[in-house]
Amino acid sequence: MPTVVFLESHGNELQKGSLGVLAKAVSLGDGDVGAVIAGEGARSLAAEAGKFGAAKVWACEDSEVAQPLPQPRVDLLEQVVEEGGYDTVLFANSVLAADVAAGLAARLDAGLNWDLADVELRDGELVGKRPALQDSVYADVGWSSTPRLALFRAGSFDAAPAGGGEPEIADTSPAYKSYSTAVQLVSQDAAESGGGPSIEDSDVIVAGGRGLGSPDNFTLAEELAKALGGAVGATRAVVDAGWYPYSAQIGQTGKTVSPKLYVALGISGAIQHKVGMQGSGTIVAINKDPNAPIFEFSDLGVVGDVHEIVPKLTELVRARKG
Amino acid sequence: MRIAVCVKHVPEGPSHIDPSTKRLDRSGEGALNHFDANAVEEALRLKGDSDTEVVAVSLGPQQALDSLRKALAMGADRAVLVSDDAAAGSDLVATSRLLAAALEREEADLVLFGQQASDADGAVLWAAVAERLGRPVVSQAMELAVDGGTVRVKRQTEFGYDTLEAPLPAVVAVSDAINEPRYPSLKGIMGAKKKQQDVVSLADLGVDAGEAGEAGSLTTVLALGEPPARGDARKIEDDGNAAQEIVDFLAEKRLV
Repeated sequence: MPTVVFLESHGNELQKGSLGVLAKAVSLGDGDVGAVIAGEGARSLAAEAGKFGAAKVWACEDSEVAQPLPQPRVDLLEQVVEEGGYDTVLFANSVLAADVAAGLAARLDAGLNWDLADVELRDGELVGKRPALQDSVYADVGWSSTPRLALFRAGSFDAAPAGGGEPEIADTSPAYKSYSTAVQLVSQDAAESGGGPSIEDSDVIVAGGRGLGSPDNFTLAEELAKALGGAVGATRAVVDAGWYPYSAQIGQTGKTVSPKLYVALGISGAIQHKVGMQGSGTIVAINKDPNAPIFEFSDLGVVGDVHEIVPKLTELVRARKG
Repeated sequence: MRIAVCVKHVPEGPSHIDPSTKRLDRSGEGALNHFDANAVEEALRLKGDSDTEVVAVSLGPQQALDSLRKALAMGADRAVLVSDDAAAGSDLVATSRLLAAALEREEADLVLFGQQASDADGAVLWAAVAERLGRPVVSQAMELAVDGGTVRVKRQTEFGYDTLEAPLPAVVAVSDAINEPRYPSLKGIMGAKKKQQDVVSLADLGVDAGEAGEAGSLTTVLALGEPPARGDARKIEDDGNAAQEIVDFLAEKRLV
């Protein structure tokens, strides 16, 4: 099963989610796994991909892929799949990767299973695990032809280095379609994204909901997140109310996250929010309503007042960390 | 200018999967996917008082006409439904093929999508359709403006905000943060009935039945099962000591 993984880079750093998918692909143990890196500094990131088990890195530093836009990357992947003889292409979900995967599916007429939470080899056949209907059902999904494309939920796999060596580097420069390079980036503004750690890449998330009572009380979440070394998330309700930026929104219409620890402050746990965070390792919820749905999927549920408990909790965590 | 808006008819209320077909049961009541209402609204906003034509396009069973009528009631000018028994069970590859074939006929300057389907949580279709049409694509648009032959989009990604420009014709998927969809007025609802609604088959589109539905799909559902269960869960009431109990719990799990 010759497999290649699309590694997403941002700010000269490979994204953890895509490295997790690479590590997973390597762990399936069915032959060498390749990786594709596009953008400025792609070659310099190859060694990092090697640590996570990539045997070969297809690096493209063309100006056409300098911006985070999907269509030139479809051209690149088409070339890599053909040249490398790959029958499986894996992606970690992101705004960019989803568009690349779907574009490639149409280009190659290749089956794409998306929103997968896991994958395994069963009698040599690749089988994906896809949660459906608000995660109440887990479907086993397959492919009826090659190449097989799979897009995994953010944070489905731990990005653990596999102890690989220096990968072979193949400089790649595909022919670009005219429509692939038609979108132009006019400007970029990263300022509004918060400045704190990105919620998708954080091992710890402290999220706040309506139960915090007011926008000012988000400092409770921020202080606790800082003490735990994590990022701050928010529910759709408080984002809609203007209490916190949309970039922090977790849920069906925000980000899907799966940190090791998720602390929910004053969050009821509506389906809209649940689907974005229930893949988290450990969930701790504090809510004054004993009947809040969030307690149904929390590992530790605390019925109580966030305003009383959180400042004490932050102090205790700080004390513990010295 | 002509704007085509792709909309989906999704089941309303609690949905379930038919164990025999392993597909979502679409026989009950349905409604316009609410994320697509944002796309319809944006098309109507761009239209304003101009002579731009807004065409709502859907793929689905006959009942999907209900959702198209909602789009017409909001103010769209015309509706096209691709409906064919052979199209049922189409995956991304097959769906994008059918939708692209329908859109080719419309020759729209701008094709709009909503940010996801609320039933299957799919959020990738636009990129596949754009590829089949050979057009530039931008997703997650939170602001949209058309100026002459160019569409200018402000979008949100995980890393911040990008402003992008693409030449028309183009495909854009809008985020639900872009606008607040209008409610159809009574006049709009009455008027919708008289607006042109075309139902087209695969044959009309020149698509072979073998390229649609399950026959034209390259992914399969093998089995349906229960989600993995969570381990032991605890629930406590704060008696003034909850903060300490949380820290102890985190320490036990080596999370602090």
